[in-house]
Amino acid sequence: MKIESYSQPVFKSILQGLFALMNRELKKWIKEPIILLMAVLQPIMWMVLFGKSMNIGAIFSANTFKNINLPDLKIPGELVNPPIDGLITIPGSILSENIENLLSIIGGQALENVFGISDYFSYLAVGMISMITIFTSTFSGMSIVWDRRLGFLYKVLSTPVPRPAILFSKVLNAAIRSIFQSTIVFGLAILLGVRFSPSFSLINLLGIYLAIFLFSIGLSSLFVALALRSTRHETQIAVVNLTTMPLMFTSNAFFPTSLMPDWLQTIAKINPVSYMTDALRQLTIYSMDVPILLLDFTYLALFATSLSVLGMTLAWRFLVR
Amino acid sequence: MAKDVIIVDNLTKIFDKNLVAVDHISFTVKEGEVFGLLGPNGAGKTTTINMLVTVLKPTEGRASILGYDIVKQASIVRRLIGVVPQDYTADEDLTGYENIILCGDLYGIPREVSKKTALELLEFLGLMKFKDKKVETYSGGMRRRLELACGLVNKPKVLFLDEPTLGLDVQTRAAIWEYIKRLREEYNMTILMTTHYMEEADNLCDRIAIIDHGKIVVMGSPEELKNSIGSDVVEVEIKEKDDILDMIQKIEYVKDVKKVGESSYLIRLENGERTAPEIIEFIRDSGLHVVKLSLRKPSLDEVFLTYTGRAIRDIEESRESLMTRRILLRRARG
Ligand SMILES: Nc1ncnc2c1ncn2[C@@H]1O[C@H](COP(=O)(O)OP(=O)(O)OP(=O)(O)O)[C@@H](O)[C@H]1O
Ligand SMILES: [Mg+2]
Repeated sequence: MKIESYSQPVFKSILQGLFALMNRELKKWIKEPIILLMAVLQPIMWMVLFGKSMNIGAIFSANTFKNINLPDLKIPGELVNPPIDGLITIPGSILSENIENLLSIIGGQALENVFGISDYFSYLAVGMISMITIFTSTFSGMSIVWDRRLGFLYKVLSTPVPRPAILFSKVLNAAIRSIFQSTIVFGLAILLGVRFSPSFSLINLLGIYLAIFLFSIGLSSLFVALALRSTRHETQIAVVNLTTMPLMFTSNAFFPTSLMPDWLQTIAKINPVSYMTDALRQLTIYSMDVPILLLDFTYLALFATSLSVLGMTLAWRFLVR
Repeated sequence: MAKDVIIVDNLTKIFDKNLVAVDHISFTVKEGEVFGLLGPNGAGKTTTINMLVTVLKPTEGRASILGYDIVKQASIVRRLIGVVPQDYTADEDLTGYENIILCGDLYGIPREVSKKTALELLEFLGLMKFKDKKVETYSGGMRRRLELACGLVNKPKVLFLDEPTLGLDVQTRAAIWEYIKRLREEYNMTILMTTHYMEEADNLCDRIAIIDHGKIVVMGSPEELKNSIGSDVVEVEIKEKDDILDMIQKIEYVKDVKKVGESSYLIRLENGERTAPEIIEFIRDSGLHVVKLSLRKPSLDEVFLTYTGRAIRDIEESRESLMTRRILLRRARG
């Protein structure tokens, strides 16, 4: 077969097309800081307003039990060890003092048992990294609809760029944006006082980015694939709005799954958001549990591979009418 | 004998199970030929081009370009052809130069090559001055030329032009015709184009297929088509007042004669260039004198009217309004 081709191997040509498409959108995105700001605003508001006000830890703190006047406690002498005659009287003031301390210890322990950490703000702040990644990834389908409407997609389709590369350029784009925006959210969280576990080190940052990358690849593959044939961005907005909320709330992004009813727990167990969020928490605020972390990453890797393969297959099949 | 570069065999596209947009059309285009698809709105011209450039899958039939099947060997076909679509496809946020380079990247052309080609094309199409301006500031004519540049960046052997001069003023249109002619002459490029300007088809195309309701109604060189509906028109005026109506009617190649003035006649005949002189001689032989003679060829407008039953002018009207609407739509979007 004789094809007039330039003196470079085919895979290099494909990569060139892929990166050209990806850079085109990244370039536009960087030129519009407003869009970036709008995107990170929502998770930041959740973090600041909800995270700081829903200070669950404070409920169990010593202050909550101030000014509770307990009556003096009288205990029959035969009940104590060793038994004595008569009644033992413990003054209410001493009781209050002890219970204050006791409850705040119990409360802190209970929080730690449920959330894995005694500080809800830190718990939520990490969840918000998941939130921004979900937003960015689900919106990636929009850009293919715009490309179609503005005619640009037609041009791309008439060039030798493989169809899967068209989808994958958008997916990569979403992943890069997710990582960038997560960094902003994460940085702000640190400023607002996330309490890292002692096992945190800067190397963990690589793991954090890997988790975000894998999750974003998987989710945006799905959403770009859904938009392959779509000509209306309204439909896309509706789909995004309909799916982000359930994705968030059927996961551990806001609250631990252990508090959920069974049916919700089952959903949370297959929801990849749970695995990303857990991986992020293991790497930042929890004292790292390596086997669990490995499980998280395995799940995320499977999610990313299966959905991107599915997406690219669909692109190959359905991008031509 | 030039070889067949585009071979279309019973190509058919049915949208949504019942809308037959292209209905079993067949034609071939030879190397270096400019072939025109001419037809009213919705005739199926764009759909035909979209199938040939592998953006749409045919429902039935087959086609090949330079010997490569448009379905089975689509990626090879894409590498070899250039496409200038009906609608604008450039990225408005990028400059003209960036757009051409982007197209080059999509074809996998090494940057050092595509940078050189881009400058050549900008020069060729007279866009050099605007090369670093964003496309959103371009006029319609500049955008068309940029589309042409993008379609040429891979130095294609076969070029597809869908309404290359739609909505352009007379000068810009003439300039684009000039580019198209140069492409054919200098690079021996094979070109398949659609148009609704009769003048354009007449001027540029070696052969034309008139297409209506997805079917090819008639095909041939502009000359052949004009001849096929018969008759050039010769108008003669003689000095004398004698009635020569019957006399002329009897000449074998004359189809029809009408007396239009005191001594003027409108004669419809075939092959005007050859037969008009014979008419003069015939009149002179009868002892009469011709004082005035004019020969008119039938225009493609008449051909179009004859074969589709519609005048192209009505179509042109709605076409321009369509174009305006498209532009308005684009503005509304952003
Ligand atoms: N994607 C599509 N889905 C459904 N129908 C379509 C689609 N594209 C075109 N058609 C229909 O196919 C027919 C042919 O359209 P096409 O665009 O090929 O016409 P055309 O000859 O290029 O017209 P124009 O001169 O207006 O550009 C029309 O009836 C059109 O409505
Ligand atoms: Mg058309």
